[in-house]
Amino acid sequence: MVDVTPGAVAPVPPAEVPEVELYHPHSWWTKYVFSQDAKVIAIQYSGTAIAIGLVALVLSWLMRLQLGFPGTFDFITPEAYYQFITMHGMIMVIYLLTALFLGGFGNYLIPLMVGARDMVFPYVNMLSYWIYLLAVLVLVASFFVPGGPTGGGWTLYPPQIILSGTPGGQGAGIILMLVSLILFIIGFTMGGLNYVVTVLQGRTRGMTLMRMPLTVWGIFTATVMALLAFPALFVACVMMLFDRLLGTSFFMPALVEMGEQLSYGGGSPILFQHLFWFFGHPEVYIVALPAFGIVSDLISTHARKNIFGYRMMVWAIVAIGALSFIVWAHHMYVSGMHPYFGFFFATTTLIIAIPTAIKVYNWVLTLWRGDIHLTIPMLFALAFIVTFVNGGLTGLFLGNVVVDVPLSDTMFVVAHFHMVMGVAPILVIFGAIYHWYPKITGRMLDETMGQLHFWITFIGAYAIFFPMHYVGLVGVPRRYPDISGTAFIPESVSTLNAFITVAALIVGFAQMVFLFNLFWSLRFGREAGGNPWRATTLEWQTPETPPAHGNFGKELPIVYRWAYDYSVPGAKEDFLAQNDPGGPRAAASA
Amino acid sequence: MSVIVVFLLVLACLAGWWLSRQGLMSKPWLEQGVVGHLGEQPTLPAERIALVVFLAVVGALFALFASAYFMRMELPDWRSLPVSRVLWLNTGILVLSSAALQCAVFAARRRQADTLKLALVTGGISALTFLAGQLFAWQELFANGDFLADNPANSFFYLLTGMHGLHILGGLVALARVTAKAWDGPVTDRLQLSTELCATYWHFLLFVWFGLFVLLAGWAADFIDICRQLLT
Repeated sequence: MVDVTPGAVAPVPPAEVPEVELYHPHSWWTKYVFSQDAKVIAIQYSGTAIAIGLVALVLSWLMRLQLGFPGTFDFITPEAYYQFITMHGMIMVIYLLTALFLGGFGNYLIPLMVGARDMVFPYVNMLSYWIYLLAVLVLVASFFVPGGPTGGGWTLYPPQIILSGTPGGQGAGIILMLVSLILFIIGFTMGGLNYVVTVLQGRTRGMTLMRMPLTVWGIFTATVMALLAFPALFVACVMMLFDRLLGTSFFMPALVEMGEQLSYGGGSPILFQHLFWFFGHPEVYIVALPAFGIVSDLISTHARKNIFGYRMMVWAIVAIGALSFIVWAHHMYVSGMHPYFGFFFATTTLIIAIPTAIKVYNWVLTLWRGDIHLTIPMLFALAFIVTFVNGGLTGLFLGNVVVDVPLSDTMFVVAHFHMVMGVAPILVIFGAIYHWYPKITGRMLDETMGQLHFWITFIGAYAIFFPMHYVGLVGVPRRYPDISGTAFIPESVSTLNAFITVAALIVGFAQMVFLFNLFWSLRFGREAGGNPWRATTLEWQTPETPPAHGNFGKELPIVYRWAYDYSVPGAKEDFLAQNDPGGPRAAASA
Repeated sequence: MSVIVVFLLVLACLAGWWLSRQGLMSKPWLEQGVVGHLGEQPTLPAERIALVVFLAVVGALFALFASAYFMRMELPDWRSLPVSRVLWLNTGILVLSSAALQCAVFAARRRQADTLKLALVTGGISALTFLAGQLFAWQELFANGDFLADNPANSFFYLLTGMHGLHILGGLVALARVTAKAWDGPVTDRLQLSTELCATYWHFLLFVWFGLFVLLAGWAADFIDICRQLLT
């Protein structure tokens, strides 16, 4: 049997580090506002994403208030309700999750974890953030234009999205939404080029691809996917803008509206659906893959055990990334497509469950007989595994055409995707923030508030979305502001809806505890030191905490081993950092 | 969606070939010590990698437009546009522009500052002429009464040529900066790299234009029809 105990290796003297051209900030403005430091940009990205995410959270409360207690709130008209669901969905998927995982965590972690001083193109990186901010501002502006934001659903399906019956359809709402998306895609492409090239070219010596932490693998693969998937949304948005503003008929069929023949004719709404979901399905994994990567590192670190099946984990990430481009039409089973087409996409959809299941098994096997520390990041990571499995299992139902057809457009679908790409990635985001906050600020987040936040969020999320599956199974359609008085829907659904609403309000307020914790601990948190979790990856080995501009002081670290040498027998501490040759320390303890 | 799927398949093959050379079969838990590129400079400059990745994104964008074009074309209201003769002339000008930039690359490699300047300016001016020619083609359509919203074929013509023109414009901004640098000082490695990147981008956009031309002239559809008949 091969001896896998990590041992000492001959350390390599630091070679001449080539003079790096870093942009050194001279004023407060260039240091904190127009900064080209990836870490500052990461915080700007995260702050903006969380701020707009709070707007989406409030919108979800308003929706739940309407569903739980229909008719109680006069200001929630059906039009307003449609606007709330549309903006909630779009903000959460694109402006919060995508921006936070790639713009936030990507910017902060990629350079630190691969041992680079910064992103390779800091100026373009800065530009990426400012364009993202502009996209968010354009989106927010749509709340204040006459007619309000668009209310056509986050999938923006034509023809209804630009008709006068849809809120914002003939106003500026839909135009601002499309412009905002186009800006977001341009900004993201700038950032994405940076993340990819930094991983390819910016790695320090010894950091082979197969020594990168899985977090970097996840973010890297997701970025590549996003770079190739977002153009589909771009094309769809541009063509939709043409239809709306210039009267072309790319997507718009011949229509009679309010007794009046419109000038459109011959266009194909299905074409839009293809383009949208060609982006839309990879988007699910653009959000999920960084979460997969981060959760692997959290579990390994907090269970003090090397990740089970590292190679398989990498392969699975790449396989999921590739497969996710050929499953898009499973969102369109009810669009009237050819049955064989549906059969093909059902097959690819179910195949994607294989690499995903491999990952789940590997997480569980990493935990098996590990030295599990139930820290807050670990709690969130465990909650993620459970939630992701739950959400994934309902995906197996929906991936099959015959089961999907009756369940399509019911609350079951809403429950499914909230579990799998709403709650699950957000649990990882929380876990990651609790994990890396000490590196970002130098102080630990408060443990008690963290426990409170975790338990309310975790149990509360199940209280919201588990019953929602039942609501969907009895046939309650999604997107309806009021279903009371409908003959086939039992009275108990109203009771359940009220319960879900109360749970949603409680979970929402629990997030205020988290936000308070973020600010409170900045000042009063326990001093963290450089490596509070005794982790191996390079970001914890920086000479300063928080890391200074340039990350690693005078000399870049040299990487001697992979990222998962935990519980090493004979080591002075129970782990060997990636840049630790292992010799003197191991000898000292012997 | 077949165009984009084929495009991504090609990319996936390239990515797979590249990944297969990155030690995906290695067992990092057994390998300690410094391995990999110790002391080696990266073989390619980061800018070149970035350009290649960016071109993949632009390629995906135009492949998606082409996919949409084919899907929309099958609907009954499609009436193809006649191919304007101006487009042939424009194609020639764009080829000239690309060739000029290739000359610039050769000049930069041989450190011939004067030839480099001449070639860069020729490339820039011919690209501008191409854009003017495209505008002229639009003008011609206007004169014929073929407006944007009249027919999906018209809409796609304006949309695709416009999108391609915008990419050329973006390239011209970069080219202007490179030209200014060429005027400022001697030919350095840095300037040579910038010239090479511009030329790569130009060749790529020329290739995209060939694709669009084939698409807009309807030969792509004819070709697919022939393939279909052969298969069935």
